[in-house]
Amino acid sequence: MASAETTAEPTRRRKDGADEAAGRGGAWFPGWYWPSFALPGTLWLLVLFVLPFYTVLSVAFGTVEPLFRSPLPVYQPWWWSFDTFSETMQKFYAGDAVYQQPLIRTFAYVILASSICLVLGYAVAYYTARHAGRYRVLILVALVSPFWISYLMRIYAWQSLLASDGYVNDIWSIFAAPTNWLSGRPVTVILGLVYGYIPFMILPLFGSLDRINQSMLEAGRDLGASPARTFWRVTLPLSKPAILAGLVIVSLPMFGDYYTNDLLGTQRTSMLGNLIANSVFQSGQGPEAGSLTVVLMVIVVVPMLYYLRETKRAAESL
Amino acid sequence: MSDSVLDHVTEGTTRRGVRASYFRNPWRKPRVLQAVTVGYLLWSLLPVAIAVVFSFNAGRSRSSWQGFSLRWWNGDEFDSLFTDEALRQAMLHTFRLAIPTAIVAVGIGTAFAIGIDRWRGRPARGANFLMLLSFVLPEMILGVSLFLVFTFLFDNLLSLGTGAQWLGLITFQMSYAVVIVRARLLSIGPEYEEAAMDLGARPGQSMRRVLLPLLSPAILASVAVVFADTVDDFVIVRFLSGAADTEPLSVKIYSAARASPTPAVNAAATVMLVSTMTVIAIAYLLYRRYGRGQHGADVSSFTQL
Repeated sequence: MASAETTAEPTRRRKDGADEAAGRGGAWFPGWYWPSFALPGTLWLLVLFVLPFYTVLSVAFGTVEPLFRSPLPVYQPWWWSFDTFSETMQKFYAGDAVYQQPLIRTFAYVILASSICLVLGYAVAYYTARHAGRYRVLILVALVSPFWISYLMRIYAWQSLLASDGYVNDIWSIFAAPTNWLSGRPVTVILGLVYGYIPFMILPLFGSLDRINQSMLEAGRDLGASPARTFWRVTLPLSKPAILAGLVIVSLPMFGDYYTNDLLGTQRTSMLGNLIANSVFQSGQGPEAGSLTVVLMVIVVVPMLYYLRETKRAAESL
Repeated sequence: MSDSVLDHVTEGTTRRGVRASYFRNPWRKPRVLQAVTVGYLLWSLLPVAIAVVFSFNAGRSRSSWQGFSLRWWNGDEFDSLFTDEALRQAMLHTFRLAIPTAIVAVGIGTAFAIGIDRWRGRPARGANFLMLLSFVLPEMILGVSLFLVFTFLFDNLLSLGTGAQWLGLITFQMSYAVVIVRARLLSIGPEYEEAAMDLGARPGQSMRRVLLPLLSPAILASVAVVFADTVDDFVIVRFLSGAADTEPLSVKIYSAARASPTPAVNAAATVMLVSTMTVIAIAYLLYRRYGRGQHGADVSSFTQL
């Protein structure tokens, strides 16, 4: 999901030309001409993106029909009640705090999995950008292909390999006793998340490392820096925006992920996404699903806005 | 004493030797990184290849090999992919969702990208921000939002099922087309159109005869990307599927994986894999052919997601 703005290479800088073109465009086109192109998409987003968002709030801050426990969304903000919402919130900290463990787990898994994605992904992206030589295109195709393989199929493939009579245990049992990998082991779920999302990390890193000018590195070496020092002082700082972008891109979907754990873990490894997915389809749990979705939104809003700001900045600097 | 001198000298030369090799070839092959990359690629692709092979397993197991057979593809009375009514329906439904989604999402998305590229001002920035927000928002949030809006606010207009799935998928996929087409617009610049207009083309003509042909590689790439992504989509499609008959292959794989899957599920996944890979490969070849000589006609448009 690396933004096009960061990877696109426009042939000409349009910073100055843009306003000029708009001015001249005004002479050729009536004022409504270009907006009318953007209108269908904008209306679509208002009805099917903004309005659903608002419905989540209305359900989360709505009430429940007392007899059948079916949710009654409240669409007027001045009548919003925070009873069901705070009821859900209390499950995070008060009483037996049944939701506390999943929330802590979510953060722990996402942080660990993103870090592994970064270290492993950086090595692969670095090698591909710098040393792949004539295998470069082949490696790139192999790096991109997971995007066109269903996420579920990829996790399903691991589920088969990790089964008690699967190939992983065949190899593992040479060294140790066979293990039940799918019995709610954090290591399985974390590696599953890494496996699922690491392609999103590698591509922006590759794009950034590939664009670093070789002469910068040669300058560093000519000025007497060791290869390690050149990496530390030149390559790493230059790839910092891509590192941060990559971390955001892999962690955003991980926060909402529930299917990885459904296939590779159990109740013992459930995450925030599992809580939401489980409550959505249960009758009477509508407000709870809405409230948990609001929590998820609050968690992801900062990294999301950061990412959007960075892509905008990158697009403007082109 | 002579020994220690000798040690010192040899140590010095080996060290100098290492240093010299650095300067002779500072970009020499790093074996560790190479091993990591090869290991990663195997780790990344081998499981999927094994899953494909197991669709030809003779036994019921999807984890231990029991010989070759085609029974999970066709031939078994009820259990193969092509004889199991539910799986066949799911396969059809996958394409029933993907084809209209690709056409509508790319159509609206392309128009939006052109409009937003030319129309400047505050509302344009707002619309663009909304579009980018839908691009980065975790699918889980959009899925729950759409589920709730179709069960409560729009419950009299349209119930869960194929129609809701189309609308949801188009909402989610539109932004991919916008991002790809806008990148291309930025690299084309306004000059070609201005030249056409200077030569007397009307707005409609310059759009049809100049801009759209120049955009065609990006539009083609968007169609392929959206199609492939819709075939693989799971979160939105599952939330918005009303009943079992509106569950596409991806949802069937999920349900089967949680119950007792047979290699027929591997066959279903293989169908998804082959169809997305085929569409992407065809689009890439066409893209190379028609985009030749145009800037940006390389693999990068397919890697932007």
